Amino acid sequence: MPAYLFWFFALLMLIFGAAVVINRGPVASALSLVLSFLGLAALFMSLDAFFIGIIQVLVYTGAVMVLFLFIIMLLDLRAEERRKIKTVTFVGGLAVALALFVQICLVVGQLRSAQETFPALPAAPGDDVHAVGLLLFNGYNLPFQIMAVLVLVATIGVIVLSKRELR
Amino acid sequence: MATLGDYLIVSGLLFTIGFAGVLLRRNIIIIFMSLELMLNAANLSLVAFSRFRVGADGLPNYNAQVFVFFIITVAAAEVAVGLAIIVALYRARQTTHVEDISSLKF
Repeated sequence: MPAYLFWFFALLMLIFGAAVVINRGPVASALSLVLSFLGLAALFMSLDAFFIGIIQVLVYTGAVMVLFLFIIMLLDLRAEERRKIKTVTFVGGLAVALALFVQICLVVGQLRSAQETFPALPAAPGDDVHAVGLLLFNGYNLPFQIMAVLVLVATIGVIVLSKRELR
Repeated sequence: MATLGDYLIVSGLLFTIGFAGVLLRRNIIIIFMSLELMLNAANLSLVAFSRFRVGADGLPNYNAQVFVFFIITVAAAEVAVGLAIIVALYRARQTTHVEDISSLKF
């Protein structure tokens, strides 16, 4: 993928990621999150991870975000009224986040291979669904089944949580 | 061509945005969305390392992609349970504002 496409999708992802945090209304935040995840899926595909990119679009922008929007509309949340957020809290939170980013930059700066471009793949790498699936069922069969139990437990948990009246 | 460092910096920036959202926002649903941003930032750096570490057969290291697949599955289950908890909380308290939910505060 050419460099300008990488920067285009990276900026798309970051700008709409920031819009998630900045927007007042929850619906606008959720829709920004959809666009941010689409940019992320394009970045996955730029790394030749087509399977992960497709899964990202299907699971996140398809299922998870519909769930988010469904809950937002169900609870009928309006744009939150402006409450006074303490200046100390705001500046402190921003400072902690910036400190984290500076640390990440320092770590990446220390990494010797960070300056290298990605090695070339053979002419037709293509079939990564096949490779990931083979590895998933051969090398990671037990974790895969544990994951199935986890999803079942989550389903039952959600039903129990939404049926009973909590006091 | 973009380097590995570019991907890692972009991933770190996305993680920072999510982290700032968790720290600065007070609406519990927005906090939850910021958590999703942080999970996906970690996924991006995993896939970048997977593509960077090409094996002897000239293919990317697919172990990291299987890991990302598991993370996405767990995140989907987490979203379902978390939103159910938010709905239960809203039915009990009629609010999604974290400063109104302080019963466990010491």
